[in-house]
Amino acid sequence: MSTHNINTQKVNFKVFRFNADVDYLPYYEDYTMEVTSEEVVLDILNRIKWDLDGSFSYRRSCRHGICGACAIKLNGRATLACKENMNDMIKLFGNDITLEPLSIKRAVKDMIIDKADFWQKHDAVKPYLISDIDEYPEHEHLVSPKQAEELDDADLCIQCGACHYACPVVEINDEFFGPAAFAKAYRFEADVRDEAGTERLTEMHKEAQGVWDCVKCFECAEACPKDINPIGKITKLHLMLFDKGLATSTVASRHAVGFKNSIAKHGMLDEGTLVLYSEGPSIIKHIPVALQMFRKGKIVLPWNMPKSDNLDEIQKLVKSSSTAKF
Amino acid sequence: MKKLKYALFTGCTAKQSTPEQMMSTLAVAKKLNIELIELTEASCCGASHLQDYDDFLSLVLNARNIAYAEKHELTMVTICNTCQLNTAMTKHRLDNNAELKAKVNEKLAEVGLEYKGTSNVIHFLYAIIDDIGLDKIKEMVVTPLSQFNIAPFYGCHNIRPSELQNESHKSKENPYNPTSLDDLIIACGGMNVDYTEKNKCCGFHVELQAPKTASILTGNAIAGAMDGNADMMVTPCPLCHLKLDTQTKHASEAIGREVELPILHMQQMLGLALGCPADELGLKHHLSKVNFV
Repeated sequence: MSTHNINTQKVNFKVFRFNADVDYLPYYEDYTMEVTSEEVVLDILNRIKWDLDGSFSYRRSCRHGICGACAIKLNGRATLACKENMNDMIKLFGNDITLEPLSIKRAVKDMIIDKADFWQKHDAVKPYLISDIDEYPEHEHLVSPKQAEELDDADLCIQCGACHYACPVVEINDEFFGPAAFAKAYRFEADVRDEAGTERLTEMHKEAQGVWDCVKCFECAEACPKDINPIGKITKLHLMLFDKGLATSTVASRHAVGFKNSIAKHGMLDEGTLVLYSEGPSIIKHIPVALQMFRKGKIVLPWNMPKSDNLDEIQKLVKSSSTAKF
Repeated sequence: MKKLKYALFTGCTAKQSTPEQMMSTLAVAKKLNIELIELTEASCCGASHLQDYDDFLSLVLNARNIAYAEKHELTMVTICNTCQLNTAMTKHRLDNNAELKAKVNEKLAEVGLEYKGTSNVIHFLYAIIDDIGLDKIKEMVVTPLSQFNIAPFYGCHNIRPSELQNESHKSKENPYNPTSLDDLIIACGGMNVDYTEKNKCCGFHVELQAPKTASILTGNAIAGAMDGNADMMVTPCPLCHLKLDTQTKHASEAIGREVELPILHMQQMLGLALGCPADELGLKHHLSKVNFV
């Protein structure tokens, strides 16, 4: 690029500072800098350290979007610092930029966080091929291109933690595996060479830690710098659980299946019956709110359930197009 | 102004737990000179849960819904973020995969229908911003909501995944810095409240299987709006509305703080500003107090 195309603008950075060894509380340092259109976010981190304050700390290594070290949050957006151009960030957020670590509550020093929970979850899903591999194979174990496509880019993960710390469930439920670990689990479940059978997949079904606690917010899909779409992998794990008959009857699995039952009967969802089918006797806990809702005209009684027009079409399609069993 | 005409996919809650959302949609459409043809044949979109159980069936059912909009040669408008997500996702997948589209159409042919891909699928919020425009809406406001601080709550499935969402509307939205609902609040004369949770999750989809997670997320959202000095929250999603309006007791217990605010559907807020009578907006169907009218 010829130099005359480079433009410069003034940006006010508010930078999270904290040293767990000496500080009781974190604070924010303000830096105003001239930023050129050529710079990526990592260049700013470098300049803060090299030109303004040598004590400023952050992780970095490859500068090529492959080591996953430099993920931070920029105005709340999970950002791989070496990947994002500052111009794009200014376009998105204006000239006031806040730089924070991926997870403030895990901050150790400035941008550096303790990723222990990330790695524990990563390890917990058995992130390796489970297979009886012949030490002296007589032939190659070929994976066809079509079979490799099944991984759906899950193997591109650089373990930067951007999706994990963007996930609202990780933030409030310590047991939840989180999107990165799920994507990793999928990567091996989808691998034709893997012989884990039910060993890994049953872990995905367990309450609190497993896929059923995903809130479907798509924060992970948005956060991933490698476009891996972790929630897409979570959906595929759900489907695998049903496909392999591992989705035992729980509130969560009945909740998914209940939609089909309702559609087959009414076309539309019968909200009350769905809750009853999902919860079973535990429906009792919903009664106080249900009564309030009933008084406000928010509950339709079973005999008044609206039905879709041309319901016969829907019923025919439910019969002919169903691909799953429960 | 030219009369706009859309095919309306109401979704299921509009007919059951959020009747006020249906009422206010119709009231606002009348004021804005929009004709809505209700797709009474439509089925449930699967709400992203059927998609976890039977992906192909969910594609067939959603393609059927869109096929009815196509029969009318109209754009489909949705009034629920999750309906929008699942319908637009189906459209995206079928429009980009001829083989899958053919498989789905093979099924639809059994009931004499075909999915062509000719109708756009757009949430009502973006339809009015794109086709009427915020300036025009502002001109039509007769009761500016100038005394209110209004906290926008966007709802995940209208803003993420952004690549999919931005296929359906001209006014591009960034999920980290969304503006459409803020702009609509301003057009209605209100003061928009900025707060961290405005583009976050309400927890609706795990209310049954992970009630604690769901309640904390709901509680955090209302608390964030309250701390921003909001008089009310407004959302384009009836599922978010259900969480924020009806689950305040559980939310308060979960976060250890009393939280409650009037929660308006986007259509109700707009309806108030456009001068629709309160009874047409269904304000009596709320659980949380709506004590400002």
